[in-house]
Amino acid sequence: MDESKRGFLKIAGCSVLGVLGAAGMRTATDVGPGGKAVESSTTLNGKKWGMVVDSQRCLEKEGCTACIEACHRIHNVPSIADPKEEVKWVWKEPFEHSFPTQAHQYTKASLNEKPVLVFCNHCENPPCVRVCPTQATWKREEDGIVMMDQHRCIGCRYCMVACPYGSRSFNWQDPRNALQGGINPEYPTRTKGVVEKCNFCAERLAKGQEPACVEACRKSAGAGALLFGDLEDPESEVSKLLSERYSIQRKPGLGTKPQVYYLV
Amino acid sequence: MLEKALRGGRYYWTLIGFLSLAMFVGLLAYLFQMREGLTVTGLSRDVPWGFYIAQFTFLVGVAASAVMVVLPYYLHNHKSFGRLTVLGEFLAIAACGMCMLFVFVDMGQPMRVLNVMLYPTFNSLMFWDFLVLSGYLLLNVVISQVTFGAERKGVPPPRWIKPVIVLSIPWAVSIHTVTAFLYSGLEARAFWMTAILAPRFLASAFASGPSLLIILCLIVRRFTKFDPGKDAIRTLSQIVTYALVINVFFVAVELFTGLYSRIPEHVEHFEYLFFGLEGKHALVPWMWTSQLLTFAALIVLLIPKLRKNEKILLVTCFAVISSIWIEKGLGMVITGFIPSPLGSVTEYWPTPPELLISLGIYAFGALVLTVLYKIATSVREEIELG
Ligand code: SF4
Ligand code: SF4
Repeated sequence: MDESKRGFLKIAGCSVLGVLGAAGMRTATDVGPGGKAVESSTTLNGKKWGMVVDSQRCLEKEGCTACIEACHRIHNVPSIADPKEEVKWVWKEPFEHSFPTQAHQYTKASLNEKPVLVFCNHCENPPCVRVCPTQATWKREEDGIVMMDQHRCIGCRYCMVACPYGSRSFNWQDPRNALQGGINPEYPTRTKGVVEKCNFCAERLAKGQEPACVEACRKSAGAGALLFGDLEDPESEVSKLLSERYSIQRKPGLGTKPQVYYLV
Repeated sequence: MLEKALRGGRYYWTLIGFLSLAMFVGLLAYLFQMREGLTVTGLSRDVPWGFYIAQFTFLVGVAASAVMVVLPYYLHNHKSFGRLTVLGEFLAIAACGMCMLFVFVDMGQPMRVLNVMLYPTFNSLMFWDFLVLSGYLLLNVVISQVTFGAERKGVPPPRWIKPVIVLSIPWAVSIHTVTAFLYSGLEARAFWMTAILAPRFLASAFASGPSLLIILCLIVRRFTKFDPGKDAIRTLSQIVTYALVINVFFVAVELFTGLYSRIPEHVEHFEYLFFGLEGKHALVPWMWTSQLLTFAALIVLLIPKLRKNEKILLVTCFAVISSIWIEKGLGMVITGFIPSPLGSVTEYWPTPPELLISLGIYAFGALVLTVLYKIATSVREEIELG
């Protein structure tokens, strides 16, 4: 517990510039006067954010949960033991579950059980957004992030029914009772009866920080298995990786166009 | 007219008292759910919708089935249904009320439910369902008020009501179609991804709704001086027969497509429903019971001599309703989630609070229906006995 807390502080303390350099992302100053007035000069701007998971590298550190811990701590995600009522933004799902159409009868059982990191795919055609009756979840046009407004959400759970990836969690009980690790005052807690999910760290991007999981993966785990960047920018690291290496998406046949890619 | 609801015999008041008590218990259970959150239900990450939404789906069918008395009477001038239409419309009103309550109690943030109207979202089927259901409720209230009011005064209903009644016919079809679309357009759920879902919903609704109406007619005849007529009941039983046959046919069509193609995503759901998956089979006995009831009812209904016997018909109607209730109120919704899109088999079963809340809502519906039927039968008695 204490170790990871210190790790987290270290991450939070590292300089914004360093992070930017490492991730090779554009800043608002690069974008020029076209940027929005509300953005600070350090806001990270992308036209279409995407994530690349280097599965091989992640597997080298099997059992590592640095990214999950960082995300859940920063976003005040409650830790609920009952798997039926769990709330999770990012987690590891066995290969045969995360890629059900890829696993087959001759894949080694051990491979089928290998953990794959999964989160909201920030689909380009998000079914969750299509079904939401209140626009409490919507796709941000400027950068493709699928956002959530927990103040508007009526808790109908239609979005959970529509998401083909199980990326959404509902607060079956009061999440504030399950924040054993303490509350991060910089991020709002939620009430019971609303849905939540990964937001690609929209609040951190606005401050010029990369997503917490990406940062944690590099800094505390030293794995660099997570890469985040602008897919519309051909010079970004993610674009280069995707054009050069073979990658897969979860359930591409559904036409949701996930913006999380897995290098295999 | 309301004063008619305030004068009644011992049976009437006992029934009202009993239903009010059930509603009160349901309310207490709901307050408990409000305080604790939906954790008091059997729902989970993998099965986010359950008993409430399934009851809603079943009852939308009951509401829509009023069209089965309205259509023959107003479009085909089927005289014997003249005395029935108001009973059908009142049933639709009660069913609509229950539908709305079932959706309401399913919400995680019920106080915000009006956000659906504050931020109208045309691409969401839930918005449309909300809209068509409210519209249908309104239509039935207006139509029954106007036509029944006129009947009471012994004057023909105003002419303007006829187009409103005609409008209510496709509207009834629309409420169940939109409810089916709530499910059938989701790439995440292969079980519902079938064009037959809406037709199936309608067929099963037109079997179960009129069955319920037959039972209600027999009750009304037993306890009041108002007789809906043998002829009307006979025609209703024919409607039930046709609808049930068509429903069985639709189910067979769906099973064929799902099973012959052998796409695992489709087969697994049926497997869970009828045989169980990974040793989990909560719904299996129910589904076989439902099949059995359907076929038993079908045989009786297809033999005119049996169908015309009102005692046998009564039992058969119960069988039809139970079988379709199991199909829609249990099997259809829950099975869509088992297995989950990630392949896990998490079962669901309603908890006591969930059942008590549902009981309370059904009691509410029954109360509305009792009061409305009391008014209808009292007025009719008055007219007929002078
Ligand atoms: S992964 Fe699910 S929650 Fe995320 S955008 Fe796609 S459909 Fe929506
Ligand atoms: S649960 Fe909330 S976000 Fe999801 S569909 Fe309903 S209102 Fe929209």
